[in-house]
Amino acid sequence: MTNLEQSPDRGGITGHLLSAADLDAAAATQVLDTAAELAALSDRSVKKLPTLRGRTVVNLFYEDSTRTRISFEAAAKRLSADVINFSVKGSSVSKGESLKDTALTLQAMGADAVVIRHAASGAPHRLARWVDGSVVNAGDGTHEHPTQALLDAYTMRSRLGRLSGLTVAIVGDVLHSRVARSNALLLNTLGADVTLVGPPTLLPVGVDSWPVKTSYDLDAVLPTVDVVMALRVQRERMEDSFFPSAREYARRYGLDAARLRKLPEHAIVMHPGPMNRGMEIAPDVADSPRSTIVEQVANGVSVRMAVLYLLLGGQV
Amino acid sequence: MTTYLIKGASIVGAEPTDLLIRDGVVAAVGRDAAAPGAEVIDADGLIALPGLVDLHTHLREPGREDAETVMSGSRAAALGGYTAVCAMANTDPVADTAGVVEQVWRLGQAAGLVDVRPVGAVTVGLAGERLAELGAMATSAAAVRIFSDDGHCVSDPRLMRRALEYVKAFDGVIAQHAEEPRLTVGAQLHEGELSGRLGLAGWPAVAEEAIIARDALLAGHVGSRLHICHVSTAGSVEIIRGAKRAGIRITAEVTPHHLLLTDARAESYDPVFKVNPPLRTDTDVAALRAGLAEGVIDAVATDHAPHAVEDKECEWQYARPGMLGLETALSIVMSTKSLSWDGIAERMSRVPARIAGLDGHGRDPAPGVPANLTLVDPAATWVVEPAELASLSRNTPYAGMELPGRVMATFLAGRPTVLDGKATK
Ligand SMILES: [Zn+2]
Repeated sequence: MTNLEQSPDRGGITGHLLSAADLDAAAATQVLDTAAELAALSDRSVKKLPTLRGRTVVNLFYEDSTRTRISFEAAAKRLSADVINFSVKGSSVSKGESLKDTALTLQAMGADAVVIRHAASGAPHRLARWVDGSVVNAGDGTHEHPTQALLDAYTMRSRLGRLSGLTVAIVGDVLHSRVARSNALLLNTLGADVTLVGPPTLLPVGVDSWPVKTSYDLDAVLPTVDVVMALRVQRERMEDSFFPSAREYARRYGLDAARLRKLPEHAIVMHPGPMNRGMEIAPDVADSPRSTIVEQVANGVSVRMAVLYLLLGGQV
Repeated sequence: MTTYLIKGASIVGAEPTDLLIRDGVVAAVGRDAAAPGAEVIDADGLIALPGLVDLHTHLREPGREDAETVMSGSRAAALGGYTAVCAMANTDPVADTAGVVEQVWRLGQAAGLVDVRPVGAVTVGLAGERLAELGAMATSAAAVRIFSDDGHCVSDPRLMRRALEYVKAFDGVIAQHAEEPRLTVGAQLHEGELSGRLGLAGWPAVAEEAIIARDALLAGHVGSRLHICHVSTAGSVEIIRGAKRAGIRITAEVTPHHLLLTDARAESYDPVFKVNPPLRTDTDVAALRAGLAEGVIDAVATDHAPHAVEDKECEWQYARPGMLGLETALSIVMSTKSLSWDGIAERMSRVPARIAGLDGHGRDPAPGVPANLTLVDPAATWVVEPAELASLSRNTPYAGMELPGRVMATFLAGRPTVLDGKATK
């Protein structure tokens, strides 16, 4: 399924963004380049562009994620779109209206784009069958989070100057991580080498068919990486015996100062947030100059502006 | 009661002949079979099969009459060539008492399109905690012989052992939905490459295989009969083969969808392909087909599971598992090309009738045999149109597919339930 594809007449991208796999290298690079241009405009204190004036972007959030919603909202508003926030609390969603009925409502409202965050994997794919507007996956269950992968790629490229040939370790709960899935796909498309690192219980069955390497040994991987990305690990996973304790997890897979020293000089440390300080990442690592965590947030707005801009065919 | 003369039918693929149906039985077979005033049915080119018997049907009544009723499910069954269906116990209320199984049985009698044989629950409320009154259901008017908590596994080994032992008193059989629940918490899809990629919690093959192995050993230990519902993995086929070799009294069924479809269908996240146990891999499909042809798998059973639109037009993980099956089963089995006509009669009628203890069913049309039979046009094809199915629900995974084989007529105890491809009521 190609959802975000090259449009020959406009040279843009059209359709939906449901998975990082929807982007080929050219389309992904176009998003990153466009994000860079839009960021430059913002830096020149042009806070608002008229590009999407009169267009409606709906943020349909079935999960609490203030940071992602605010990022999309800021992106849409800087492009002058009308933004409607549709969240679980305070709407018919909480009264149990089905996704399909909500989709039909949004369709009737004439939403040009629907940004959806949902606890169920594949919910954006379902939504895309029921609305004409562009659907942007803002995180679906344990499946994907393609704009997070785009902003991570953008951040790597701006810090390290390239993506092709980079070695990236993604560490932690890959099994339940939509960030890991989207990053593995996108980074592979853009020519980086990805290694997924974690305890065997947290690497999915079938991961050997993904375009990545895997390792159980973080310390063995660190000396050769350009980027190390720590994934959020939920403490509830302990109850399900994915690992014995937070302490053991931190000891084997947490990014601490000692591990930071094993990294090459130029390597950067990333985290998609929100962090469990002391678990997957130590506070001094999160706050070190190698950490890109604050930049990631800022870059998120530019990348999401680019996605909305390209999907909705805005004119500069 | 009308007398029928079926002319030119090929009984289970043999040379064409005529069948006289009178007073509920096949009165005569042969070119000289005739009776004055008989209504003639031209069966030129049609195959006559013993009426199909489904060991695994969800009729949803009582409780979810919006999804299916005994009447609508019976009609779907007759149109699929069935003359008997075993109605699973997971209704609301659960069929765990003599009262409920008799109610379902009477509804079936009243519908009059197929012999509805209720399955009794093994445990009270399907809760897996204590035995339901199995003896009362066995001696009720419904004469229950198959007991199953289908939808749930009888996972407690001690309770399973007791159930296996207890039903020996009335020649009952426990039909196990083999799923180790601790290995399938939240499971959505076959655990494999695709479940990992789609971010859906996996349903590992071992969760089925571990229970089959355990229950085969238990059945062997206590000398009881065990039936395995909807076998879905290559490993299960191997375990059942070994158990049979060891002399254990084990039988098994496979669904049409597990003989045809794979987990690749889930890629669309369309829950019409969500089913329990889940669709597996090509390797599993091949092993199931081979096991069925060989007889390691004894029967095809539909696991016909109607669901209301709102239970399927939603997110994958919120959707209920299950697919329609009655009207498409024969065509799907034909499309796999794994069985001869005799094989189809064996696996879809004779053997399931034997497992369910239905003496009047599963017998090839012959003089004196109850006239439970179906006529199939092997040359016809049809396109599955969900809205045209007799089921109240629409959740067929075969929408738009062109399938071989069409049921032209079905007779239940000498009365037509389907004529000219249409239900008679
Ligand atoms: Zn079942």
